[in-house]
Amino acid sequence: MGLARHMAFRSWNWLLWLMAFACSEASSYVNESSNSTAQQAPDAQFAASSSDPDERISVFELDYDYVQIPYEVTLWILLASLAKIGFHLYHKLPHLMPESCLLIIVGALVGGIIFGTHHKSPPVMDSSIYFLYLLPPIVLESGYFMPTRPFFENIGSILWWAGLGALINAFGIGLSLYFVCQIKAFGLGDINLLQNLLFGSLISAVDPVAVLAVFEEARVNEQLYMMIFGEALLNDGISVVLYNILIAFTKMHKFEDIEPVDILAGCARFVIVGCGGVFFGIIFGFISAFITRFTQNISAIEPLIVFMFSYLSYLAAETLYLSGILAITACAVTMKKYVEENVSQTSYTTIKYFMKMLSSVSETLIFIFMGVSTIGKNHEWNWAFICFTLAFCQIWRAISVFTLFYVSNQFRTFPFSVKDQFIIFYSGVRGAGSFSLAFLLPLSLFPRKKLFVTATLVVTYFTVFFQGITIGPLVRYLDVRKTNKKESINEELHIRLMDHLKAGIEDVCGQWSHYQVRDKFKKFDHRYLRKILIRRNLPKSSIVSLYKKLEMKQAIEMVETGILTSAALLTPYQPERIQGTKRLSPEDVESMRDILTRNMYQVRQRTLSYNKYNLKPQTSEKQAQEILIRRQNTLRESMRKGQSLPWGKPVGTKNFRYLSFPYSNPLSARREARAAESTDDDGIDPGLQPLMFRAHPRAGSLQERRQTQAMIPMKSFHRGEKALSFSYRSNSSWEEHAGWGRRDVIRPKPLFYAVDEEYESGEQTEEETSATGSRWIAQHRHSREHYKSHSPLLHKK
Amino acid sequence: MGSCSSHVARIPDVDQILRETGFSQASLLRLYHRFQALDREEKGYLSRLDLQRIGALAVNPLGDRIIDSFFPNGSQRVDFAGFARVLAHFRPVDEEDATIRDPKQPEPLNSRMNKLRFAFQLYDLDRDGKISRNEMLQVLRLMVGVQVTDEQLESITDRTVQEADEDGDGAVSFMEFTKSLEKMNIEQKMSIRILK
Repeated sequence: MGLARHMAFRSWNWLLWLMAFACSEASSYVNESSNSTAQQAPDAQFAASSSDPDERISVFELDYDYVQIPYEVTLWILLASLAKIGFHLYHKLPHLMPESCLLIIVGALVGGIIFGTHHKSPPVMDSSIYFLYLLPPIVLESGYFMPTRPFFENIGSILWWAGLGALINAFGIGLSLYFVCQIKAFGLGDINLLQNLLFGSLISAVDPVAVLAVFEEARVNEQLYMMIFGEALLNDGISVVLYNILIAFTKMHKFEDIEPVDILAGCARFVIVGCGGVFFGIIFGFISAFITRFTQNISAIEPLIVFMFSYLSYLAAETLYLSGILAITACAVTMKKYVEENVSQTSYTTIKYFMKMLSSVSETLIFIFMGVSTIGKNHEWNWAFICFTLAFCQIWRAISVFTLFYVSNQFRTFPFSVKDQFIIFYSGVRGAGSFSLAFLLPLSLFPRKKLFVTATLVVTYFTVFFQGITIGPLVRYLDVRKTNKKESINEELHIRLMDHLKAGIEDVCGQWSHYQVRDKFKKFDHRYLRKILIRRNLPKSSIVSLYKKLEMKQAIEMVETGILTSAALLTPYQPERIQGTKRLSPEDVESMRDILTRNMYQVRQRTLSYNKYNLKPQTSEKQAQEILIRRQNTLRESMRKGQSLPWGKPVGTKNFRYLSFPYSNPLSARREARAAESTDDDGIDPGLQPLMFRAHPRAGSLQERRQTQAMIPMKSFHRGEKALSFSYRSNSSWEEHAGWGRRDVIRPKPLFYAVDEEYESGEQTEEETSATGSRWIAQHRHSREHYKSHSPLLHKK
Repeated sequence: MGSCSSHVARIPDVDQILRETGFSQASLLRLYHRFQALDREEKGYLSRLDLQRIGALAVNPLGDRIIDSFFPNGSQRVDFAGFARVLAHFRPVDEEDATIRDPKQPEPLNSRMNKLRFAFQLYDLDRDGKISRNEMLQVLRLMVGVQVTDEQLESITDRTVQEADEDGDGAVSFMEFTKSLEKMNIEQKMSIRILK
C-alpha cells in the first residue's frame, strides 16, 4: 500500500514538475510519507534513509501535507500559465477559439492526472471559498474595465436585455424542464418545480465576453459590444441573486406549498437585493475615491486601498444579504474615474495588472476545479435531461434575444439588425459561473445534485467548444467581407484613407446621447464631486525635475532611432526626378504593397478592444504619439514661417486652457493619447480635460514661487525643450531666454485666475504630465515672437 | 450649453438645411445639439479650435485635413449650415432616393459622386482638380508610420500615381480617381449609420 502510494506520488510529481526540482526527488522517495488525513506534527515523520529505526536527526525529510494545498494550487496555476504562454505563441490560435477552451482543457488534464493517480484529497472548492475568494476578483475586473460612457448611454437597453433576459431564460428553462420531468418515461419525477427553477437560474448564467476576442476583428459596432459587456456584467449578479432567493425558497418550503405572498416577497427581495447592493457599492466607491485623494505621499498603498475597499463593499453587502456582486461592480465603476486621476501612474498600472492577474487566477482555478470534477466518479447521466437542457438553453436564449430586442428596437435611435441579434444569441457561451453554482448546490436539498452537475458540465463544454470555435468564422461570414486579394495599391491607400475619414467624422459627430441627463450629471460632477474627491495639491519641484529627466531620456531615445529628423518631415520636392513610367516588376509591387499594409496607421478603434485574459500592449498609443508629434512639428513649422495660428481668434482669457492642447510634448502626448483613446469620455472632453487641468497648477506654481526661483523651472524647461530637439532652425543668445523667462513669470497670473473661474480644481501633476504644457501656454500666449528666438539644439542629420 | 432648444424651429434656416442635406428632423436636431456642444462659447459658429478640441481627432492621422474640410475657401468659421452640409456627405444612401429623384435637381449631397468628391478634396489641397505627385506623397507620409524611409515612400507614390493616371500627365484627376475606385463600395465605406 505504501509502495503504491509512493509510485503514485512519484509519477504525479514527475508530470507536474516540468521545470527543475528533479534532483530533490531522488532521495525523498525513499522516505515514507505520512497518512494524508493525519494531522500530526511534522516531526512525526522519520527519514528512512538508513536502516536505523531509532530516533535520529534526519538529514532529509519530506513533509508533503504541510504544503499540500498551496503547493498543488500553485502548480495548477503555473500549469495553466504555461499553457497560456503556449497558446499565445502560436498566434493564430487566439482567433480560433476562446481562451476558456484552453483553460477547460488544462482543467481536464489536471483532473485526469488527479484521477489517474488516485490522489485522495485534492483541494476542493466549497461554498465559502468560491463566494468569498474566487468570485469577487472576477466581478471586480469586469466592473473596472467596463467603459462607462457607452454603458450609461445604453443603460436602458442593457438593463432591459440583461435583467429581463436572465429572468426569461431562468424561468423558461426551469419550467420547460419541469414539464419534461413530469414525463414518467425519463425517470426524473422526483425533481420538483423549485429545483428545476433553480437549475434554470444557474444554467442561464452566460459569460459572453469570453468570445469577444474571437470575433474582434469583425469590427463589431460599439452598441453590440456594450450589450455583450453589459450582459456579462449584470448576468452574474442576477443569477446569484436568483439562486439565493430560490435556495431560500427551497429551504423554507420543503414541505409546504408556496403561497403567492411568498412569491411577491421573493420579487420584492430581488429588487431590494439588487438595488441595495448597487447603493452600497456606490458609497464605498466614493469613500475610496476620497481616501485616494490623500495618498500622494505613500503611493505604494494606493492599489491596496482600491482593492480593499472594493472587497469591503462586497463583504459588507453580503453581510446584509444584499448582492455583493452588484455592490462590487458599482464600487468599481464609481471609483474608477476619480481614482484614476488621483493615483500615480505606477499605481494605476499596478491596479490594472493586478486586477487582471487576480481575476485570471480565479478563473483558472474554477476551470480546474471544473476539470477535476469532470473526470471523476460522481456523475449521473440521464440522456433526456441533458439533451433537453441543451436544447432548451439554445431555444430560450433565442426566444429572449429576438423578442426583447424586437421590443427595445422600437425605442432605440439605433436599432439592432437581425445580424447583430444573431451574434448576441450565438455568443451565449457559458463560463465558470454556472459550474460553480451547480457544484455548490447543497446535497441535502438536492438529492439529484450529480445530475445537475453533469448537465451543467455538458452544456458548458458544448457551448465553449462548439459555439466558441464556430462563432469566429460565422461572424466573419455574416460580415460578408470581400477579401479582394488583388487590391491595387491605390485601392488600399484610398480604403485606408476613407476609414480614417469615417472615424474622424464619427468623432466629430460625437455620440448621440441623452444630453440633458448627462450634462446635469456632468455639472454636478464638476461642481461638487470633483472638488471633494480629486487632489488639488501643487506638485513639488522634485517631480518637475524627475519629469524633465524622463522627458530627456525619451527624447534622446527618439533621436537615436531616427524618428525626429527634420529631413523626414519635409520631403522636398526634387524637380530633377525623372517622371517617366518606370517598369516595375511584380515583386516590387508586392513589396510595396507589403510595406503599405504593414506600416499604415490603424484606424482608431472606437469600440473597446477588451480582452478578458490579457491587457493589450499599447501599440496604438505609440501610433498616437507619433501622429501627435508630427502634428506638433508641422504646426511649429507653419508658425515659424510666420503664418497665423490655426485658430485665428484673439486670445482671450478663456482660451488659455485650450492652447495647451497641441503643444504638449511626447510624454504628455502619451497621456493624452491614452485619454483620447479611452472611449470613456465625452467626445469633446477626453484627453483635454485631464491634460488641461494638469497644466494649470503649473502656472499657479509659477506664480507662487519667487521670481528667481521661477527662473529655474524656466531654464530647466528650456533645457528640456532643447533635448526634445524639435527642429527649430533659428538661434539666439541665452540672455534673450532669460529675459523672456522673467517676463513670462509675471504674465501667467491672469492665466491662473481665468482658469480658476471655470474649473476650480487643479489636479496633481504626475511625472508624465505636461509641466511643459503650461509653460507652452505662457510662452505662446505672450511671446509669439520669442518662439523664433529659441535656440534649441538642432540635431542635424 | 445653456439653452438647448429641443425644437427644430429654433435652428436658423432650418428648412433650407433640411432640403439641402436630406437629414431627418430628428437627426438634424441631434446635429444641432452637437454643434452647440462643440461651440463652447456660444458664438454661433465653429472655429478650427473648437474642432481641434475633439481629442480623438488629434490622434487621427488625417485630423488636420478633416478639420480643414469643414472650412471651405479658407474661411475661419463654419456655421451650422456648413457643418450640416459637410456631415450630409456621410448620410447613408437610401435606395429609394436614387430612383425617384428628380433628375433636374442637383444631386443629393450623399450621392456616390459627392462622397468621392469629398474624399478627393482631402488629397487635393490646392484645389486644382488634380492630385499631383507631391500631394499624393504628402498624404502617404501622413498615413504611414515613421519606419518607412523616404525612398520607399517615393517609389510607392510613383507607383500609386502611375496606376491611376491614364492620360499620362503625372497627376490623378477626379475622373481617374473615380475610375480607380469603381469596384469599391463607397456608399457603405463613407456612410455613418447614426446620420440616417
